[in-house]
Amino acid sequence: MRLKKPQLLFTYIVLSVWSVIVLFPIWTLVVNSFKPQKQIFKDPFGLPDTFTLDGYRAAWNNGRFDLYFVNTLIVTAIALGLILFIGSMAAYALAKWKSPVSNFLYIFFIAGLMIPIRLGTLDLVRLIKALNLQDTYWSLIPVYVAMGMPIATFVLTAFIKELPGEMFEAAKIDGASEWQIYSRIVLPLMRPALATVAIFNMIKIWNDFWFPLVFIRAEESRTVALGVSLLFGQYRTDWTRALAVLSLAALPMLILYMLLAREFIKGLTAGAVKG
Amino acid sequence: MTRAQEMFSVKNRQTITWILFLLPAVAMYLVFMAGPLFDSLRLSLYQGEGYNPTTFVGLQNYRDLFTNPLWREKFFNAFANTCIFFAIHMLVQNTLGLLFANLLSSEFRGRNFFRTVIFAPATLSVLVTGFLWTLILNPNWGAVNKTLIAMGLREFALPWLGRENLALPVISLTSVWQWVGMPTVMFLAGLMGISDELLEAARIDGASEWNIFWKIKFPLLKPVIGVVSILTFVDNFNAFDVIYAMAGAKGEPAYSTDLLATLFYRTGIAGEHPVGIPNMGMGAAIATMTFAILMTGVLFWLYISRKQATE
Repeated sequence: MRLKKPQLLFTYIVLSVWSVIVLFPIWTLVVNSFKPQKQIFKDPFGLPDTFTLDGYRAAWNNGRFDLYFVNTLIVTAIALGLILFIGSMAAYALAKWKSPVSNFLYIFFIAGLMIPIRLGTLDLVRLIKALNLQDTYWSLIPVYVAMGMPIATFVLTAFIKELPGEMFEAAKIDGASEWQIYSRIVLPLMRPALATVAIFNMIKIWNDFWFPLVFIRAEESRTVALGVSLLFGQYRTDWTRALAVLSLAALPMLILYMLLAREFIKGLTAGAVKG
Repeated sequence: MTRAQEMFSVKNRQTITWILFLLPAVAMYLVFMAGPLFDSLRLSLYQGEGYNPTTFVGLQNYRDLFTNPLWREKFFNAFANTCIFFAIHMLVQNTLGLLFANLLSSEFRGRNFFRTVIFAPATLSVLVTGFLWTLILNPNWGAVNKTLIAMGLREFALPWLGRENLALPVISLTSVWQWVGMPTVMFLAGLMGISDELLEAARIDGASEWNIFWKIKFPLLKPVIGVVSILTFVDNFNAFDVIYAMAGAKGEPAYSTDLLATLFYRTGIAGEHPVGIPNMGMGAAIATMTFAILMTGVLFWLYISRKQATE
């Protein structure tokens, strides 16, 4: 629909005002992380007069941010790989196996969309201790994989159900096993749906603070979110450092978002739009 | 082998294949999600120090939670705060989302840019958002207060996070800032599904945009409004990070921003002053109550949406 003049004006005013409200804090965050403390207070909104990397240096050297990044990357990559692999296998069975068992399991998985895993934290703490994984980042991986199952089975099962059935029949007649159909036909076709699931879980896992807070204390196992919370407490009076730490945590996802905005939006709303 | 036996064994083998496909996912989900959730219910019937509450006490934890004035006050304070937190999201976040979506559903230059910007904060960590706004709202530096003073509104330059009646709404609005992109995109998807001819016909009949919104778009959006509401509800009754970042685990000032999740964290995981030892049984009771509240909400939503679908 095309808009008439006054409507167009109203649209631009409302959306511009909100855009300023969104962009202004992010601008303040990034621009001030390059300024010395004094200038942050004197001129909080302008570009830096004297450009400094002190904050970043401190975060990198004192705060071991390099380590936190590597830890978070390892956890996110392994958890995502497992979610996509075992989630897509399950989804294939849920979509193609006609039986009351698969119907029940489908509902069982989907119920997890509405029930936050955090409510089971106390028991998970005991389980992680029993597995001797406390204080390591390995403790996070099985929890994130379990947490990713509802959305993975939901999105991927719906996707497989929409693939043309003749394709599967033809492959079966040619003597292909279920595993061959899954790995050679379904997986390659599923790429867009896998991307949606990957992005949804990547943002959740990368930004998760709750489970690192509960499971991990040791410095060498910290993730970015946990590192941010501890460093921010330390640097409360040193604003250059505090803002540098926050920028370091925010920028990787923000930059990825700017490159892949459409996929990110699709990914993050995956659970809802289809439902 | 007879033909029937052969068919049976083929079918059996097929079933085993499917079970193997499902096994890893079911095992992970069962052991690390469903199991702990249900075991937390059991844990709420026990008392004891540290990580292994072993004394079975029946419903004593719940009795304490609802009758011991100390616990009752904490629980109902956190419950009321969580309700306010949720109400502000429903009122501000979802109304703004509906407004933005309605504006974004028409064609104009820059539409994708605005959509991208509105959604951007949703990719930030909640913790980063919380810390960032703590700095911006800080009374000493206070980009917000500085701006207000520059505009000649000195009397509005308040200690935003320091006042009991102000902190919770301000933190809720920070969270709205972060998440408003979600309802916007969902409503936008819903609006795109409404046929253009229908809207054109109404316009030709001389209906105003205001009337078109309320008489045509809004009723057709009802299912999406339901989904958005229930997702907001589940997320809000589970919110923790933003309070931890902006008001600490105790929900400062004076527990005025304490939510169910922060109370759960202090009771069951961190351990509260002056004891400092986690009370897992009571923590599990709080988690179970939160679970019950969530289930009530979700079942209510299912009931309403079923009823609307059959009408």
